Amino acid sequence: MQKVLLTGNEAIARGAFESGVGVGAGYPGTPSTEILENFVNYPGIYAEWAPNEKVALEVGFGASLAGARALVTMKHVGLNVAADPFMTMSYTGVNGGLVVISADDPGMYSSQNEQDNRFYARFAKIPMLEPGDSQEAKDYLKEAYLISEQFDTPVLFRLTTRLSHTRTPVLLGEDSSGPVARDFQKNISKFVMLPGYARKRHLAVEERRLRLQEYAETSGLNQTVWGNRSIGIIASGVIFNFAREALGDDASYLKLGLTYPLPIQLISDFASQVERLIVVEELEPFLEDQIKAAGIAVEGKSLFPRVGELDPVLIEQGVRGASRFEANYQIPDGLPGRPPIMCPGCPHRSVFYVLHKLKARVTGDIGCYTLGAMPPFEAMDACLCMGASIGASLGMEKARGSEFARRLVAVIGDSTFVHSGITGLIDHIYNKSTGTIIILDNRTTAMTGHQDHPATGLTLSGREAPKLDLAALVRSLGVRSVRTIDPYDLKATEQAIREEMDREELSVIITSRPCVMISKERLLNEITHQDQCTGCKKCLRLGCPALYLAGDRVRRDEELCNNCAVCEQVCPQVKGETAENE
Amino acid sequence: MNDNISIIITGVGGQGILLASRVLSSAALKAGHQVKISETHGMAQRGGSVITHLRYGNAVYSPMISIGQADYVLGFEKLEAVRCIPYLSKNGLLIINDQEIPPLPVLLGQIIYPEITADSFGRSTPRLLLLKALAKAQQMGNSRVVNMILLGCLAQHLDISSEHWQLAIEECIQPKYRSLNEQAFTSGMQI
Repeated sequence: MQKVLLTGNEAIARGAFESGVGVGAGYPGTPSTEILENFVNYPGIYAEWAPNEKVALEVGFGASLAGARALVTMKHVGLNVAADPFMTMSYTGVNGGLVVISADDPGMYSSQNEQDNRFYARFAKIPMLEPGDSQEAKDYLKEAYLISEQFDTPVLFRLTTRLSHTRTPVLLGEDSSGPVARDFQKNISKFVMLPGYARKRHLAVEERRLRLQEYAETSGLNQTVWGNRSIGIIASGVIFNFAREALGDDASYLKLGLTYPLPIQLISDFASQVERLIVVEELEPFLEDQIKAAGIAVEGKSLFPRVGELDPVLIEQGVRGASRFEANYQIPDGLPGRPPIMCPGCPHRSVFYVLHKLKARVTGDIGCYTLGAMPPFEAMDACLCMGASIGASLGMEKARGSEFARRLVAVIGDSTFVHSGITGLIDHIYNKSTGTIIILDNRTTAMTGHQDHPATGLTLSGREAPKLDLAALVRSLGVRSVRTIDPYDLKATEQAIREEMDREELSVIITSRPCVMISKERLLNEITHQDQCTGCKKCLRLGCPALYLAGDRVRRDEELCNNCAVCEQVCPQVKGETAENE
Repeated sequence: MNDNISIIITGVGGQGILLASRVLSSAALKAGHQVKISETHGMAQRGGSVITHLRYGNAVYSPMISIGQADYVLGFEKLEAVRCIPYLSKNGLLIINDQEIPPLPVLLGQIIYPEITADSFGRSTPRLLLLKALAKAQQMGNSRVVNMILLGCLAQHLDISSEHWQLAIEECIQPKYRSLNEQAFTSGMQI
């Protein structure tokens, strides 16, 4: 069989294909996005972007109920959105096997928090697998479907950024001969969670938990690697590989692939054969607390940080008190940082320029536009979770009155609005707000790498789909003032935002321009302001990577520039004003 | 310790770092090594710093390189290259593309882009190669192939045969861009 380099995400897609998965659903979210983007390319399967993670899991539930194997993918915070079906699917169990992928983000490379989703397994009493490299990602996934069907349970498959985005060699297995399908059988007392049926199912969950615990004791997913027995390490996932790098043969290892429920007897046996038992785990003491509760003496979070990503240096420092890894060369003092920044030609730029100028109070949301909180705009006062901008602005208005609300604006992207902004908007209408909501419609889910969604007119498989008309949707909900503007027209953008902020009525502005990274239309605006530059630096307040200061004049990097010409509209020389005007 | 080779490739999102690291990892795999390569995706790519950890050899556990352990740091951008020097081993080689991409604080005029030359490191100067790869790429008519020039330069120091490099380029690069990328790689080999 062929050996290829695959990321963890690509390996999971391959594993799903080899397992005969028939239906895949998810919502994009770093670091999980590439799983479905790869899975959709395999023959004979169905895969979709759902509007959000809750719907994705419900689609997975339906597919399983109908007898197919289902794969549902999301980032860690996505499981918060999908928690409702997740918790009760523990009771219903499955027909076809169902695996929920949770891609966690320790270190928060691209997330708003670093919650440890391992707790969801214990919370829902659903078994959890954690692979340590791409080969294991593929192999464990196949095992996960067997466990799901054997024990009649969804399986939580937990990844971290480091696994999802690391390429390691994978030996490919046999191609699937097509999706696996079981018969659909009506089973009201198992799948209709009325209290009377749910009480019986809860008993089944407890009985299943005990059977899974027994299974965990002998499962091949948990393995012991013997080295020096003065130190015994318990670890899972990528952390096992970090620990092995740090400690080599100076320690013995119990590597847990199945991390819920825990094999307490196996751990106890391992503990009795080593002098010092240490749990190495990222984020929370999930394993440590359970092992201690079982009466086994173990060290853990007293040695390692509870925040951020672990690495071999931190592990060696924790275990040995010092690390042999140290820097030979030091970074010179005072280097400027390089925070992420809106791209040249980004259609969000003008909106935040205006919001900054108008000193608006802005509730923000999740997407590239969260960068509006960064200098030079700093035009955002809150960003919490998907969709929260809209509910939060209503709460601010109700707390402080409509006078305060005059300067209040909620900004949300098109994909995020469809994900979970619509219900918030309904609340604005229902409870009579006077707020202003800006939908930044760049016709894609940009930050995660340009995925389609219901308002783009294309599906995950690239097929045409009915295009959700955002303006018509918003009107139909009852918003009377709805206008669509071109954010490359700075004057119109400012006018629209000013007027709608002043209006004592709920209004929605849709700024409509495709993300410059995917736009097929090449802009041909002539940009000349740098030739007339007097050095007022007003255009630098746009924070555009294509504009830079050379001496006391602004220059434009023509290679980076995407010719949106917003800078041209800011320049007092071009407008025939003096720089002191504003 | 074993005989693994550890390489950091760093720069700014959009410079072609992922492609260069994929070609390198593919060549190492074809040469019969264990390979692990850890990439940056997501929000960090929006004009932010990008860093790839790449390790190959007979038994690679950690996909991440610890400080002081990189045999090579290949910097596509000067500032980012310097930011990664703590990774460099005592005898490691720092290869820097002589290209400046100003970060936001510099664009806003809050801080000047620091001058980075072979003398910037004071008494503890690592082994250093400063390359004008962007100028070379522009001469070749496409600034995007700067990544292949830099990879070619690194390749001179690695024990991977030209046959395996060739196969890796064929695997990772679309036919219509292949010949230009091969030329760029070859010219990097000659620096």
